Amino acid sequence: MNANVTELVVFAALFLAVSVMGFVAARWRRPENIESLHEWGLGGRNFGSWITWFLVGGDLYTAYTFVAVPALVFGAGALGFYALPYTVVVYPLVFLVLARMWSVSHVHGFVTPADFVRARFGSPTLALIIAITGLVATMPYIALQLVGIEAVLKTMGITGHLPIIIAFAILAAYTYQSGLRAPALIAFVKDTLIYIVILVAVIYIPAKLGGWGSVFDAAKAKFDATPAPGDGITLNAGNQLQYVTLAFGSALALFLYPHSLTGVLASKNRGVIKRNMAALPAYSFLLGLIALLGFMAIAAGTKPVVGANGKPDTNTIIPALFDQMFPDWFAGVAYAAVGIGALVPAAIMSIAAANLFTRNIYREYLNRDATDAQEAKVSKIVSLVVKVGAVLCILLLDPQFSIDLQLIGGVIILQTLPSVALGLYTRWFHRGGLIAGWVAGMGAGMWMLYLIPNPANGKQHFGGSAFGLSNLGLDTKMTIYAGFLALAVNLVVAVLGTLAFRAFKVADGEDATAREDYFADEGDPGVKDLDLASSS
Amino acid sequence: MSTRSRSDRSPWNWLLVLPIALPLMTFLFNADEPRLFGFPLFYWLQLAFIVVGVGCTALVYRMTK
Repeated sequence: MNANVTELVVFAALFLAVSVMGFVAARWRRPENIESLHEWGLGGRNFGSWITWFLVGGDLYTAYTFVAVPALVFGAGALGFYALPYTVVVYPLVFLVLARMWSVSHVHGFVTPADFVRARFGSPTLALIIAITGLVATMPYIALQLVGIEAVLKTMGITGHLPIIIAFAILAAYTYQSGLRAPALIAFVKDTLIYIVILVAVIYIPAKLGGWGSVFDAAKAKFDATPAPGDGITLNAGNQLQYVTLAFGSALALFLYPHSLTGVLASKNRGVIKRNMAALPAYSFLLGLIALLGFMAIAAGTKPVVGANGKPDTNTIIPALFDQMFPDWFAGVAYAAVGIGALVPAAIMSIAAANLFTRNIYREYLNRDATDAQEAKVSKIVSLVVKVGAVLCILLLDPQFSIDLQLIGGVIILQTLPSVALGLYTRWFHRGGLIAGWVAGMGAGMWMLYLIPNPANGKQHFGGSAFGLSNLGLDTKMTIYAGFLALAVNLVVAVLGTLAFRAFKVADGEDATAREDYFADEGDPGVKDLDLASSS
Repeated sequence: MSTRSRSDRSPWNWLLVLPIALPLMTFLFNADEPRLFGFPLFYWLQLAFIVVGVGCTALVYRMTK
């Protein structure tokens, strides 16, 4: 396929425009001194409702989501729609939890979830485990953003890795300079573009295909004709439990990802967070519509672009649909929306990963007396390293490897739930019990993922997240989300471990937080302010 | 207001259970018919749950502010 010049010009122009914004962002809401993690890593911890809405929305609903969710609906039908209940359930679920996390972080100056665990349970080991889990779960997620950009480039007829390297080099440079301010500012453009593109798509494309009714009928006809038992435009007896547990498990996991928390901690008060929990579902509506693009691709008879390895790349299905249905210039806008959509989360994820390294490895183990400026310096450099790592992942390894890792990432990040989320509510757990639970949950999760094959591409292991209950000796075709089951194992072991450690009177850590810290709001003194007050 | 008396407990919080529970009950929506604007029940009802989620969350925020 030859490169489409019109699409490419529009794409490149928009991409360059946001790159300029990324560099200018350093001057936006300019602090007196950007050389601290509170400024570089959290944008001054002072974002209001609007900025937070764009930032968190731009962060959670990534380019990969926009490409992969409709691809899943295209391939499997109703099961792929789990992304909708997932993003409906998540906000009421974390409404109170995030407000507490914000408050305790405000008082103590926490930047990462591991910072909180360190103070709450008095255990550097547990904090290190939480930090490493976060790093491992986030890294493949960054690499997947590249898969999103690659999908649109491929559809435009651009092959080779050079454009990806250039895009990430620009991203790395302005993240280094501007920190969280860069994705916060770019998110405005990204989300506006995405909303326009999707609203046009869901009105224009079904109209060309004979209305929504015929779109669904075409999808139904396709799934009825295939021999695969798991697909269809509704769920069946075998995958309902999978649908529910995958939606609920993913909702539990979402705000355990360090990068989700970064956006939350950057907001200026509890009200901003709570208002956003009511306003962010606007993105869920968008995601639901995006998922349905998969059915439109079926109705339009869209074929995915064939990759370099000779196999069709299903991730290109939506870009290919746009190419087929839209005039060239608007397809270019749509591709820019996806491409820029990759930059915002990639920047925030690399900042979150860098903060984890700085706070929970560098300061804890390498330089105890690190100054604010040293912390910012280390974070900036690590954010570069992380991006180079993500590019190398995509260049040197099969992209499928990143997809597998991201699948595993969802399962392992869930294992931090007892320490991070339940820790906000109770100090009952013993630090040893939490570590034991984490080990058990990780073991169980890996074992289950290892046993899951994927008949579609002939993989024997790590082929998906739907664990057959028949593996446990139950006589059923039902499947369940592996992460959900692993979390259950984790919780049981954490409870039993806590009881055992208490019974044997093993020393527990000190809790550095107080009850009222969990309800503090803007204007209440943080630890830093108290330090200043006592020294003056 | 003294910091000591603060809390995030409120009976209104129970309203948050509704938008968490509804989307997880597949028997409510796992059907093709009745369709709305061509959308099978499975899709339009789950999209409608977004409105329930926004409504409940916004109400709890207002009442506990």
